[in-house]
Amino acid sequence: MGDAKYFTTTKKGEIFELKADLNSDKKEKKKEAVKTVIASMTVGKDVSALFPDVVNCMQTDNLELKKLVYLYLMNYAKSQPDMAIMAVNTFVKDCEDSNPLIRALAVRTMGCIRVDKITEYLCEPLRKCLKDEDPYVRKTAAVCVAKLHDINAQLVEDQGFLDLLRDLLSDSNPMVVANAVAAISEIMDASPNAAQVLEMNSGTINKLLTALNECTKWGQVFILDSISNYTPKDDKEAQSICERVTPRLAHANAAVVLSAVKVVMKLMEMLDTSGEYVTSLVKKLAPPLVTLLSAEPEIQYVALRNINLIVQKRSDILKNEMKVFFVKYNDPIYVKLEKLDIMIRLTSQANIAQVLAELKEYATEVDVDFVRKSVRAIGRCAIKVEPAAERCVSTLLDLIQTKVNYVVQEAIVVIKDIFRKYPNKYESIIATLCENLDTLDEPEARASMIWIIGEYAERIDNADELLESFLEGFQDENTQVQLQLLTAIVKLFLKRPTDTQELVQQVLSLSTQDSDNPDLRDRGYIYWRLLSTDPAAAKEVVLAEKPLISEETDLIEPTLLDELICHISSLASVYHKPPNAFVEGRGGLRKVLPPKSELGEGVVDSLGSPTEPTAQPPQSTVIPGADSLIGDLLDIDLGGPGPSMMQQQMYPGQSQGSAQGGGGSQGLDIFGEGLDNLLGGGPSGADMLGGLGDIFGMPQTQSYVPPQEVWLPAAKGKGLEITGTFARKNNTIHMELTFTNKAMQPMSGFAIQFNKNSFGLMPASVMNIRSPLPPNQGASTSLPLNTQGPVMKMEPLTTLQVAVKNNIDVFYLSTQVPLHVLFTEDGEMDKKVFLATWKDIPSQNEVQYTINNVQHNADTVSQKLRNNNIFTIAKRNVEGQDMLYQSLKLTNGIWVLAELKIQPSNPSFVLSIKARATDVYEAVKQVFENILHN
Amino acid sequence: MIGGLFIYNHKGEVLISRVYRDDIGRNAVDAFRVNVIHARQQVRSPVTNIARTSFFHIKRSNIWLAAVTKQNVNAAMVFEFLHKMTDVMAAYFGKVTEENIKNNFVLIYEILDEILDFGYPQNTDTGILKTFITQQGVKSQSKEETSQITSQVTGQIGWRREGIKYRRNELFLDVLESVNLLMSPQGQVLSAHVAGRIVMKSYLSGMPECKFGINDKVLMESKGGKSGQDDTRGGGYVKNTSGSSSTKTSIAIDDCQFHQCVKLSKFETEHSISFIPPDGEFELMRYRTTKDISLPFRTIPLVREVGRQKMEVKVVVKSNFKPSLLAQKVEVRIPTPLNTSGVQVICMKGKAKYKASENAIVWKIKRMGGMKECQLSAEIELLNTNDKRKWTRPPISMNFEVPFAPSGFKVRYLKVFEPKLNYSDHDVIKWVRYIGRSGLYETRC
Repeated sequence: MGDAKYFTTTKKGEIFELKADLNSDKKEKKKEAVKTVIASMTVGKDVSALFPDVVNCMQTDNLELKKLVYLYLMNYAKSQPDMAIMAVNTFVKDCEDSNPLIRALAVRTMGCIRVDKITEYLCEPLRKCLKDEDPYVRKTAAVCVAKLHDINAQLVEDQGFLDLLRDLLSDSNPMVVANAVAAISEIMDASPNAAQVLEMNSGTINKLLTALNECTKWGQVFILDSISNYTPKDDKEAQSICERVTPRLAHANAAVVLSAVKVVMKLMEMLDTSGEYVTSLVKKLAPPLVTLLSAEPEIQYVALRNINLIVQKRSDILKNEMKVFFVKYNDPIYVKLEKLDIMIRLTSQANIAQVLAELKEYATEVDVDFVRKSVRAIGRCAIKVEPAAERCVSTLLDLIQTKVNYVVQEAIVVIKDIFRKYPNKYESIIATLCENLDTLDEPEARASMIWIIGEYAERIDNADELLESFLEGFQDENTQVQLQLLTAIVKLFLKRPTDTQELVQQVLSLSTQDSDNPDLRDRGYIYWRLLSTDPAAAKEVVLAEKPLISEETDLIEPTLLDELICHISSLASVYHKPPNAFVEGRGGLRKVLPPKSELGEGVVDSLGSPTEPTAQPPQSTVIPGADSLIGDLLDIDLGGPGPSMMQQQMYPGQSQGSAQGGGGSQGLDIFGEGLDNLLGGGPSGADMLGGLGDIFGMPQTQSYVPPQEVWLPAAKGKGLEITGTFARKNNTIHMELTFTNKAMQPMSGFAIQFNKNSFGLMPASVMNIRSPLPPNQGASTSLPLNTQGPVMKMEPLTTLQVAVKNNIDVFYLSTQVPLHVLFTEDGEMDKKVFLATWKDIPSQNEVQYTINNVQHNADTVSQKLRNNNIFTIAKRNVEGQDMLYQSLKLTNGIWVLAELKIQPSNPSFVLSIKARATDVYEAVKQVFENILHN
Repeated sequence: MIGGLFIYNHKGEVLISRVYRDDIGRNAVDAFRVNVIHARQQVRSPVTNIARTSFFHIKRSNIWLAAVTKQNVNAAMVFEFLHKMTDVMAAYFGKVTEENIKNNFVLIYEILDEILDFGYPQNTDTGILKTFITQQGVKSQSKEETSQITSQVTGQIGWRREGIKYRRNELFLDVLESVNLLMSPQGQVLSAHVAGRIVMKSYLSGMPECKFGINDKVLMESKGGKSGQDDTRGGGYVKNTSGSSSTKTSIAIDDCQFHQCVKLSKFETEHSISFIPPDGEFELMRYRTTKDISLPFRTIPLVREVGRQKMEVKVVVKSNFKPSLLAQKVEVRIPTPLNTSGVQVICMKGKAKYKASENAIVWKIKRMGGMKECQLSAEIELLNTNDKRKWTRPPISMNFEVPFAPSGFKVRYLKVFEPKLNYSDHDVIKWVRYIGRSGLYETRC
């Protein structure tokens, strides 16, 4: 009786039989045959050979049969484009049918047939259908425009369909409006051209808000999602949109609710945070979010992933709703894990007792992942709520007593963080921890335990024995454990130098000689040199006081969080990744929260929303014109450029002592702070570095090196910040680069390329930089350049356009090359030639500049300039004035001659420049200024 | 938007495959089968990303429904749609099973063509779909008929057609509450909430405007205590909320959601619930309360482990509502360890049985009056096992049905206005019934 039989035909020669049936005169037989074809298609059999026969069945009054044929057509038209044309006539005819259902069906199906030739025929019927008297046809035609745009965007734009579509926004039927909005949103995402035509304004938004009250739930979702992309012109408009959207929070459909939440969350940014209206909005948001947790588990999951974002952005919204996130016994595991995450975020002193009781309960459940996460959560509570730390620790100890392997390991990992947070408080439990040494088989737990032993080596009598036991299998250990073991033994040695010398030598040689891991080797060498050069300094470095670790972990980086808030309810919010991380090609446009409106400005956002500077900081003196690229300039007035400064600037977070992940709560690189952080963080950092610099034989460049500038701010580099400068060392130009990873995941696969430029600069070797670069870490490199690349004159002359690639994206930046790095060592002109040349260059080429406020005398000046390959050829004293005659040569062979007039007791110098190519004047003068002022 | 929709049986064979977008190829069908259905481990997320393609799935008994996309779609909408899709299928051919799907695959394709266009959900209202997707071949529809269909599919009141006539205008309101509880072994309420639903069956002529009044604090306050006539009649239905131990007149509703027929903007501004109801049965409203819930039952567990091979369990169940009322279908489920070898149960009331396949003692009491107490005691014998891991006791759960609303929810009035037809509010026969059921009603032990 049913249709199941169509699935079971497996006879040989089936296709032939079907062919006969399809061409049969009997309607029933035809229909049966088409059904069989569709069933075969469903299970993946290739029935494309029947194309002409199936298409022949298209001309029929039987709507059911017609739909089946259409289904077949949609599937196979692409593989048989010529045959598909056969169907066109029927489509065009159907578009004129008196029955609106058939008209709509024809235009709907035609849009799904992705054959170029068909699209030509589609235009006229579609245009008619967009103006059809029946709303059902119009709503179908609206979507069809999006289909056509997907096949041939140009055609849609040329044929004026965009205007027709925009007109539908004013349609009297709400569903037509909703589908038009959906189509418009999609087209705007795909094509920037179309985006201009379809730009939303307050008028259209108003129409949409009216339609919102009347259309289906799905239509409401389309409309709300589209409104969320609109930025109102002021806070008044934002508030009025909010007022009209909030009733949707009471809708029974979770998608409508979440989309409404998205609009409200986004618009709230524009409103006065302390105002009454925002307070009332915040109150309105909580109940619907909580209600979502009684929906189907899959919807709960989407809701929870979004709530996770929302509480990070505005922790006050759900602060009193802890209980609803308690895990139910029958929740699917994915719901349980998400609930746990949110519980930790909402934990506060007020509810800690309840939370802890729950977590203890969870830690005895069956699912391993869930149990682990629960144990970890207990540790996080200890770190977050200080008064409860003791209770948390004793709970963890109870759990360790259960001897369940993974519980013990997880507990040890979190206890390490608790020790970091509360030093010298819970050491009494170390003995208990040590009892479980043998059961630790996971790298993270082993590394944590080793860290604890190293950190408290002076209080553990047999610390040396314990560490030695780990050392036996050193080569087989995970890198994480090896690094930790190395550091721990060095710590032990510094604390108990007398009896551990052998141990430390052993580990140093294991890490430097027997290992092929560069990180391990380098760390080994650093310790080795430190210890052999200056043990006292080593002590200060290795045993320095550690910066505090932050209370909140796993926070999403603020710029990403803001972007994700704009994507509430979408897949991006479920993955916690920006759309371009999982969507191909188009749609790469980043969404950002709207800026605070006038009213809201000045109100301090207590939640620490992104701190992107609104006003441009003072511009660099070295590079004029590059300010558009400079997001947050380093403060370059701090004094001489030097690596120590650089470090400090690069780790601003850590010098404040609250660096995220700096403490390595993930245990990823527990002692990653070993050096890097101390340099930046410790008060004596700068001094120490002097010593280190010697050890490493850092080249002391005497030529002028401008301080590093931010070339690519993290906000534009998806978390990658690039600072850099240029230097001339050993007759070669070097690009000094520092990459800082401010994103949450490691970066790798770095590469660099230059655009054509005025001096043909190009990298002389492959860029060699630490990869992968872990989050919150920086790495520097010096990239030698040559001038053999393709030449193209830039404006300004010294502009250099650079592309940097990593595993995330390609970034483009533009910078100015300080001209002096292009001055060659052989720029000293013979005196006679100088004179002849000076005379030879026409006097209209001579330009005079005044350089103010120079504090040097003639000798130091010429020395300084010489260091930068500007050579003083002669010096004359004329009427008490010093006249310096100088020459320099650029890499491309251009000679520049200069005369510098210095009056004693007058800090203003007069500089005259003569050269055949006048283009370089401005840059040369700039160089003089920089060098003389430095 | 949704790029494709697949339905699989438990073996991972495709039953339905409909592709809406060009970026989804046939290999997507296999990718989901291999990576999710045939995956060794338990499913860790209802959303899976495989090779930059995202798969959303839900499972109904043995059937997998998967929606596929390569875009950044609205995830909540996709899941809502998948659930709606199963509802639509169920409304057409009953249970969503492999057999039913195979038997109706042509119908399903037809439905899919209608309710998803280019991956955008369209009207999914079953009442309306049934007017033009019939599977009976096409009756030659008259112009009036088709234009009525299309205006309903796209119209403002998509949920109701014009020209409905009843000889007797009648409506039924069911207040269905599910009480959820999580209690600690010591009897402390860890969390409790009531999820309520108002299901309405309306048999009214014309296009009636209804106004619905309830005893929600906010709604009542804003109405200035305007007295609502409780003009509902008894019958199989209870006339008033009797029995609820609370005598309070208003309750605090944390959050409520409405059927799309309710004018939300009016609710927001005037705090009134007004609507034109669909014909027949529909869910008018959902609500949630957490304050002042009268918990119908309390379970007091006492577990004692006697050595490694024996456990003693004592469970006391107390009913906490008016003695004149009767609870029905009371069931207490006491989990037993996996290595249970035998159980002896004694109970004074009802029947208790050890069900090995469910690892639980199931204690059923057909009827139980208010303010009563029942007790069960059991001895559980355990096998010796090598399993080092301690058995973690799942909570004791309860099922029941009581004839009142544990939240204290009350219908104050439901007025019907139909200006065009000549029947008035008084001519409508109205029935109200309150049923409280257990949701997740658990006590840890």
